[in-house]
Amino acid sequence: MDASVSAKTTANTFETDARAIVTAKYVRAAGTNDVVAGVQPGFVVEPGSEQELAKILKLANAAGLAVIPRGGGTKAEWGNRPARADVVLSTARLHRVIEHAWADLTVSVEAGCTIEKLQETLAKHGQRLALDALWPERATVGGVLSTNDSGALRLRFGSLRDLVIGVTVALADGTLASSGGRVVKNVAGYDLPKLATGALGTLGVITRAFFRLHPLPKETRTISCATKDIQEAQRLVLAIQNSKLAHSALQMRSGAEIRPRVDVLFEGTEAGLTAQMEQLKLMMSAEPVAGYGRRVWSARQEICSADNKSAGEFAVAKFATLPALIADTVDTIARLAAAEVRWGVVAQATGIGWVRLEAKGQVVESVLREFRAGLERGGGSLVIVHRPAGMVELDAWGNVGDVLPLMRAVKWQFDPGGTLNPGRFVGGI
Amino acid sequence: MESRIFDELRKIVGPRGLITSREELHTYECDGLTNFRVLPRAVLLPDSTEQVQKIVRVCHRERIPFVARGSGTGLSGGALPVENGVVISLTRMNRILEVDFANARVVVEPGVINLDVTGRVAPQEYFYAPDPSSQSICSIGGNVAENSGGAHCLKYGFTTTHVLGLEVVLADGSLVHLGGKTLDAPGYDLMGVFVGSEGTLGIATKIILRVVKRPECARTLLAAFPSTNEAGAAVSDTIAAGMLPAAIEMMDNLAIQAAEAAVHANYPNCGALLLVELDGPVAEVAALMAHVDEICRKNGAWEIRVAQSDAERALVWKGRKAAFAAMGRISPNYIVQDGVIPRTELPNVMREIGRLSREAGLRVANVFHAGDGNLHPLVLFDRRIPGQEETAEGLSSRILELCIAAGGSITGEHGVGEDKKKMMSKMYSEPDLETMQRVRCAFDPLQLSNPSKIFPTPRLCGEKPGEYVAHPLEAAGIAERF
Repeated sequence: MDASVSAKTTANTFETDARAIVTAKYVRAAGTNDVVAGVQPGFVVEPGSEQELAKILKLANAAGLAVIPRGGGTKAEWGNRPARADVVLSTARLHRVIEHAWADLTVSVEAGCTIEKLQETLAKHGQRLALDALWPERATVGGVLSTNDSGALRLRFGSLRDLVIGVTVALADGTLASSGGRVVKNVAGYDLPKLATGALGTLGVITRAFFRLHPLPKETRTISCATKDIQEAQRLVLAIQNSKLAHSALQMRSGAEIRPRVDVLFEGTEAGLTAQMEQLKLMMSAEPVAGYGRRVWSARQEICSADNKSAGEFAVAKFATLPALIADTVDTIARLAAAEVRWGVVAQATGIGWVRLEAKGQVVESVLREFRAGLERGGGSLVIVHRPAGMVELDAWGNVGDVLPLMRAVKWQFDPGGTLNPGRFVGGI
Repeated sequence: MESRIFDELRKIVGPRGLITSREELHTYECDGLTNFRVLPRAVLLPDSTEQVQKIVRVCHRERIPFVARGSGTGLSGGALPVENGVVISLTRMNRILEVDFANARVVVEPGVINLDVTGRVAPQEYFYAPDPSSQSICSIGGNVAENSGGAHCLKYGFTTTHVLGLEVVLADGSLVHLGGKTLDAPGYDLMGVFVGSEGTLGIATKIILRVVKRPECARTLLAAFPSTNEAGAAVSDTIAAGMLPAAIEMMDNLAIQAAEAAVHANYPNCGALLLVELDGPVAEVAALMAHVDEICRKNGAWEIRVAQSDAERALVWKGRKAAFAAMGRISPNYIVQDGVIPRTELPNVMREIGRLSREAGLRVANVFHAGDGNLHPLVLFDRRIPGQEETAEGLSSRILELCIAAGGSITGEHGVGEDKKKMMSKMYSEPDLETMQRVRCAFDPLQLSNPSKIFPTPRLCGEKPGEYVAHPLEAAGIAERF
């Protein structure tokens, strides 16, 4: 039997066996909408429980088929092109909020639940997951965790690693393992929720998670200020960070066609906010820009979205630098982009920023290479999350340093067959 | 251990960096949990990362297990030596290497004392947030190993929230860098796994910390309640009102008596005492404090005081932070527990602890981080009375079982260590524990770094990872899983 016939047999057997687990209705041939970073998978399977999901995973693993876990599919192009893609394993049917223990400020939720649905449920008791993820109406709990997506609220509430307190993960061999739990404080055993966060599904498929929650703020205020140049914006950000203000978010925005701006978000009581706004105005050299309000906090999503005004080719990357070096980083982007690349940046006071570069693939690629080299020299990083058509080769993650062999060892322990998202993560993992 | 190995180790750390005499080794035979004691073969006191690497390479080559140790204040036996192993004490590596205010980063060696970090940045009005009660003597390296908490982690988070990067010597002597000064380093969050791994994944030799700006003001309210039920209801109402205090602490009557006897904190004599600390901008804190005051009165608080000065605040906290040690004033011996429950289970669990305490005929004092449901029941006993220690240990385990049954955890901040590893099987299933050990096998396949801690049954790393199957020894009835 030659190789292609053998592969076909394997696929047929998998399809039959998968149908026996989830019923025929939830196993279908993959279409063009299911393409993962340019690679066409064979099947889409939608298990209805975490036990079913684990069984499907075990089945694919035993058959040597590569599995691409998928939530809402909003960040399907993050990471590198998969080395292989046979089965898309969708969490779409695992969409329940299992328990909102509002008096304990915790929630347990299935991986396929969208962030928007989760937040709506939590809001009924005046609570929230203090996270402003991208595309919340489609992005799921599992996808957001796997990509470690966080926005401006991170400054005050931390990122997912600070909010997730438990996970259940299905491993490639079908093991369902839980760690952490429904209490906020817990040091029993290794912190596997952190290991699963940002692992891009390469160690296992998250099936449910527990989060710690925060109360919804009573009042919020946003104040924005235009600055003369990016260095002045940097000085203002550092002054605010070094002050006694209790802001929830603080970001800088700049671009080829806009003057730098600084946005500050306050949350709290009426009395507390009024006093803080007055203090902040004294620190600003210019009058605040009126009429923006909460809209400024969607800047990150605008930078990342394909439906942004320009229809041409573009790249989006996430960078990490030191908080005091944001302006220098933005200056570097402006210099590298020069005249031929239209660019926009939003950077949070944490030193995490998002850059959009609009130009043809080759041009963007050379800008990104140089930008990454500079960031890495300073101990930072650059991760590409959207690439134009002509930029296939540039690695999404960059250099991870001396820890790569250890990461490979962890991967081997969890997924020795390379079943989960092969080739998409750092160093070819 | 052969003399050639001692000679080699002595060459690495110098004659004063190697302890082998029996009398001196006794200092290291236990940590803050004194009922487990093992004499190590040797103690090494390296003063650089290179020395740690060289020591660990020798251990790796000779298959000698090693246990890293900070100040030895741990309460779960995490730094308990292993038979025929060595202890690597990090106390000489106590330099603060870098302070960077613009980026709010401090780089330290593992032997630096927790409170010294705050001491270093306090003039610029920053502080290091994790504040275990032992903060004046415990080391940052130990805090990293245990993922230490403290009263203020309700608002500020645990050690893991404040560690940004680590330099780690792995069990084969190689050096790796996890995380860094910038956030979200690409790849797995191995730093997140290392923090709280109780020394089983390697030795941290350099730690990048985040420090926090001191809030404009902090106010501490002290309220006296008839019992823990009313105090617990006040905690729930405070949280339900949408407030996140910096700390909410509770002490029951026995704990109050002990604290009074020890440090004269001038606490009211009541059934339960609540400490609520709010911090932030003055106007915000004033508004919220009025609300907390109202909630406490509504729930039956008969005395409320607000600490007005830093000195008053310090005194209020002194009583709380001295609570464990204060037990010595009212009981010859005691066991500290560290269970966690969902906050709403507090009344049920308290009632059950009371019942178990009566049944066992032993007093239990209770000190809680009430905001996050972390209980510290202190089981009081007298070792001189035959059988009482065993009764106390039994009671202590049953309290942890209560916590597990309530959906909680066997440890909130003290760690599993040697003390609670048998409880791990009650909290987690076999596949859960087996999955955690896959991480251990990736970091330390020979299991030389603090072996025999955390896990009830070590997994053999040579096995191909896969679904749990009984080990041949187990199947043959020679070994068993607890």
